[in-house]
Amino acid sequence: MKTENQKAWFFVLPVLVLVAFNALIPMMTVVNYSVQETFGDNVFFWQGLDWFQQILRSERFHAALGRQFLFTGLILAIEVPLGIAIALSMPRKGIWVPVCLVLMALPMLIPWNVVGAMWNIFTLPDIGLLGYFLNHVLGISYDMTQDPIAAWVTIITMDVWHWTSLVVLLAYAGLVSIPDAYYQAAKIDGATNWSVFRFIQLPKMKTVLTIAILLRFMDSFNIYTEPFVLTGGGPGNSTTMLSIDLVKIALGQFDLGPAAAMSLIYFAITLLVSWLFYTLMTKDDLN
Amino acid sequence: MAKITLSKLRHSYFPNPKSPSDYALKEIDLDWSDGGAYALLGPSGCGKSTLLNIISGLLVPSEGQILFDGQDVTELAPDKRNIAQVFQFPVIYDTMTVYDNLAFPLRNRGRDEATVRERVMAIAEMLEVTEMLEQKAAGLSPDNKQKISMGRGLVREDVNVVMFDEPLTVIDPHLKWKLRSKLKELHQRVKATMIYVTHDQTEALTFADQVVVMQLGEVVQIGTPVELFERPAHTFVGHFIGSPGMNVLPCRVEGGTAFFGDQAIALEGPIQGSPTANTEIGIRPEFVSLADSGLPATVTKVSDVGRHTVVECLANGTRINAITEGAGPDKGAAVHLNFTQSQTRLYVDGWIATLPQEAQT
Repeated sequence: MKTENQKAWFFVLPVLVLVAFNALIPMMTVVNYSVQETFGDNVFFWQGLDWFQQILRSERFHAALGRQFLFTGLILAIEVPLGIAIALSMPRKGIWVPVCLVLMALPMLIPWNVVGAMWNIFTLPDIGLLGYFLNHVLGISYDMTQDPIAAWVTIITMDVWHWTSLVVLLAYAGLVSIPDAYYQAAKIDGATNWSVFRFIQLPKMKTVLTIAILLRFMDSFNIYTEPFVLTGGGPGNSTTMLSIDLVKIALGQFDLGPAAAMSLIYFAITLLVSWLFYTLMTKDDLN
Repeated sequence: MAKITLSKLRHSYFPNPKSPSDYALKEIDLDWSDGGAYALLGPSGCGKSTLLNIISGLLVPSEGQILFDGQDVTELAPDKRNIAQVFQFPVIYDTMTVYDNLAFPLRNRGRDEATVRERVMAIAEMLEVTEMLEQKAAGLSPDNKQKISMGRGLVREDVNVVMFDEPLTVIDPHLKWKLRSKLKELHQRVKATMIYVTHDQTEALTFADQVVVMQLGEVVQIGTPVELFERPAHTFVGHFIGSPGMNVLPCRVEGGTAFFGDQAIALEGPIQGSPTANTEIGIRPEFVSLADSGLPATVTKVSDVGRHTVVECLANGTRINAITEGAGPDKGAAVHLNFTQSQTRLYVDGWIATLPQEAQT
């Protein structure tokens, strides 16, 4: 005889409460706002899908989305190959291993707004180390508060500096798990360095690289703090990423309806791209 | 295919070796003839893998030379030596098909696709993997993966020597036997020199024509499986080969006669020199019989291992195994042990010190 026991609910309950408060309820609030119009005082008017249409058709959203994809694309195109290259050139054994690992981990330990502030000061044309050096020693005109190109270069460089380590550490973890016999066999088979990379190292790093790219995609696609502190989205709108634009609409203009609709679209895009990428990368493993 | 000569080979993993114990390999001189099947047998850490890596070129020896057909290859890189090596854990290129895996060493050496196809098909058929050729190598079972890594070695027609470094470690027991006979068959078909490293005596004795037994970086004996079994040159070989291993009884030698306790033991032949210390008598359990007279002993354990019975006895505080047919005596019984004279040898400092009977005439 099996005795009925309802105790299990008590164990599930804390998780349920936690998930409800940290995900479900905020999410439903956003959904609520996205289909209604409010002028405060808890007065709501039904709006249907109007806000979604408005956002999807707005040029401002298209521009921010374009910048967002450009930013994410650029940092992935730099950080992934660079991370792999650094991981490949790191020592596999010996006393330099911990030194390299600690040095690599350092940038990731710095809070995001501090990173933004650091780079802001670093690049100031009159007092910043880099800014002063470029302008007054090399004579290159560089001011990210005036020049969109300079702003982009700074933001990309900052992100590469901050996050390449993540790719390095994950790629390195994949590399050290390759047994020596693979390298020895490749030597005997007469494989070139490129073949060793292409047929041994890259396949063995595939899983960790998938995770690295996924993490970097999600993080960079949702990036807010660093560009906000560094450029505030400027000059003009040139570095206004999706999240900065979203905050401007929600808090600057207090357009809660369109902001809610935009966050849902934003969320859907992140989810869709991540899902597509992960499915494509792991479909071979299932067969 | 080539004759392999190792000349005064020594290797140490330390930059400045001083004492002999710093050497992983202590002075090795060996001649391996073309097309032979050899085994390097020894316990873990005896230096057999070091020796293998020196032959394949993955390691450069501290001293000495390696010659392939009389040519010095000591400093040559692995891919220049035309050798093949099969590792303990199967090495395959996961992202390639089985066909591409087998073709890889040939393509790296710039062979044209027609030659590649011909060789790959021939090897695939030999290994019975033809129907898997288009499959991704990652999905194969361990024994098939190991077959593919063997195939990558055999696919080159001009390979000097194929080396196996404990290749059956990760293979399921019931497939080990199959793969082992496949190996033997391959050796007969391709006629390449093959060196098989293992710590498993069954694998070594069934595969090789000549077995090299190693201990602590030294070659203790080279011989056919029969020689190693019948006349171990060192007590270590006696221990290591055979199940159970050779009995080794401490003894004293007085006036050319060996005494175990008070009992004089008849040896196979005269003793060389006049040893005084560290003398031992060696006799295999197969040649110890239970008799009415002889060395008195007490039975301490009887184990029926199927084909025969192993009787473990104690005489003068030393354990002696005897192998008998049929049921053995009871535990605790007092018995007498008889040694077959022609198989009873004297060892001094571990090394054999009696001459066989026929050598006297």
